[in-house]
Amino acid sequence: MGERNPQTATGSNTDLVGLYRQMRRVRTFEERVGELFVRGLSAGSMLHLSIGEESAAVGVCAAMKDGDTFTTHHRGHGIFLARGADPDRMMAEIGGKETGYCRGKGGSMHIADMGLGHLGANAIVGGGIPAVVGAALVAQQRKTGAVSIAFFGDGAMQQGILYESMNMAALWDLPAVFVCINNQYGMGTRIDQATRATALHERAVAFGLNGETVDGLDVVAVRDAAERIVDAARGGTPGFLAIDCYRFFGHARKDKSPYRDADEEEAGRRKDPVAFARAALVEAGQDEAELDAIDAAAAAEMDATIDFAARSEEPPLSSMFHDVFAVGEPEPEPLAVRIDRVLARN
Amino acid sequence: MAELTYRDALKKALHDAMTEDEDVFVIGEEVGRYGGAYGVTKGLIDEFGAERLRDTPISEPAIVGTAIGAAMAGMRPVAELMYVDFIGMTMDQLCNQAAKIRYMFGGQIGVPMVLRTQGGTGRSAGAQHSQSLEAWVMHTPGLRLVMPGTVYDAYHLLRQALRQPDPVVFIEHKALYAISEEIDLDVPPPDWGRAVVRRTGSDLVIVTYSRQVHHALQAADALAGQGIEATVIDLRTLNPLDFGTIRDAVEPIGRVMVVSEGPLTAGVAAELSARITEECFDFLHDPVIRVAGEDVPISVSTALETASVPTPDLIAETARKMLV
Repeated sequence: MGERNPQTATGSNTDLVGLYRQMRRVRTFEERVGELFVRGLSAGSMLHLSIGEESAAVGVCAAMKDGDTFTTHHRGHGIFLARGADPDRMMAEIGGKETGYCRGKGGSMHIADMGLGHLGANAIVGGGIPAVVGAALVAQQRKTGAVSIAFFGDGAMQQGILYESMNMAALWDLPAVFVCINNQYGMGTRIDQATRATALHERAVAFGLNGETVDGLDVVAVRDAAERIVDAARGGTPGFLAIDCYRFFGHARKDKSPYRDADEEEAGRRKDPVAFARAALVEAGQDEAELDAIDAAAAAEMDATIDFAARSEEPPLSSMFHDVFAVGEPEPEPLAVRIDRVLARN
Repeated sequence: MAELTYRDALKKALHDAMTEDEDVFVIGEEVGRYGGAYGVTKGLIDEFGAERLRDTPISEPAIVGTAIGAAMAGMRPVAELMYVDFIGMTMDQLCNQAAKIRYMFGGQIGVPMVLRTQGGTGRSAGAQHSQSLEAWVMHTPGLRLVMPGTVYDAYHLLRQALRQPDPVVFIEHKALYAISEEIDLDVPPPDWGRAVVRRTGSDLVIVTYSRQVHHALQAADALAGQGIEATVIDLRTLNPLDFGTIRDAVEPIGRVMVVSEGPLTAGVAAELSARITEECFDFLHDPVIRVAGEDVPISVSTALETASVPTPDLIAETARKMLV
């Protein structure tokens, strides 16, 4: 771990610059999410940062096409951003603001955008996985050529719904992909404290899917593996990809990771896909000033997201009763109105 | 006019909906080749094929989850849950996902799916195949809840459910599949969400739904022979809940019994009783009486099973006590 693999880090510099830019944007966005929390502008502390996992988001999204759909877990900011989300609207949603993707009702863990095929982030471990089977079923029946991808963490590897879903996807030859971002921890429990079977892709293979594990240190390797798995799924062979990485920080913002020691964290944080890509580019002759410019542009872009979120309004209280059911359906009667009505009658 | 069973009315509703709308498909355990555990989908696979009568492994959470994804992707799935007792397996997908997707995502998309299932007692099927769990569903904002008690309603409520923009839980009653009625399906149904007054009488209002509609009507017939006239309201849908029809019946009479097969405590009857008490308080002569399932699991013994849920005799006897 932590060493470069010249076999996979080579290839087109232009490609790698693009991947680097996306990973830097994700990293910087997540850093600003942390800042939003520290400044008291986030809605709550249920904020799960994907720092250390940028190659998974960026590498897999590089293998996706227009029309593809996906669901994510609770640590999905990077995936959504890499798929093309507007970071301003993301940050506003994380702040619980009206200008956010879900008008402040979803937040970090329930962000979604049908326009980009994001069928929703999920706060139930494994909860978003079977929707991908349904979306893939529709893609197959309508012959749209789309793939549907479920992103989840290693925690979901111990949830039954994953196996039900992979089994159906294989049984029906669906264009579905299951991506496990293995950051080694389900909250405070390390993967080897949760299962004896840590070669995760073998489970998918046992169900009849294509399965691979790739080192998340190298975004090019992740992208290449994702292309193999996603392309095969598009052709009717569903797949599974485990991406090994390390969760740099705690489970959520208030978690100081007391369950792991400093040496382990230090070693884990050396497995940095952003730094690795940068070093590979420099070694390949990339002008560092250009990389600095990319970093600066990401910083400016993401700084602006905090300003946008801070400037945005909270949703109006009346919106509480919207969207329980479809527009045009009667809305729930507010409690205060109900109480007054009942007491006035009796 | 045609003689039709509740089972065949449901099948015809699926058939007609699938004929009209190619986005409608059925997904669940044994819905295709087997034809459904209670025979509702029998034969449909011959006409519509295995893709639209999609047999699944025994994976209830993924059946519901797949239906959710398919609904979000633009189709109109009918997921079948063989017994409502298995709903515990699917509660995350149903209540955390389907019920909340429209709201959590700020109104971007809904989940227009129907979860067809069946519940209730009557077949000595034991504690895990005989429950009435509608209160679990009714307690979750974002879900519609339909419980047809008649053949006509079995057809029309399923057709209406398949036009809803939001997830509908459609609970049939296993003891009703074989009942038959001489009906004209071309008579337009009541608007979605409306209750129906099945019988009018000036002494007492009985508010109920599903199989207990039949028990209440039998009880009302027996009571009529003894000079007690009951109004019987069939709610048909529990969400939406047509409280207006309840209020209009209750206020002139002032005496109400709520009948539900589900367990008494924190059940549908409890909610109805609380609403009637709050909203019609000045009109009530007596407390609202709940006649509901005993707070016990359902036994396989026919004697214990029958005695643990409301019967026509219990409803009639309770009415007589209320009118003493």
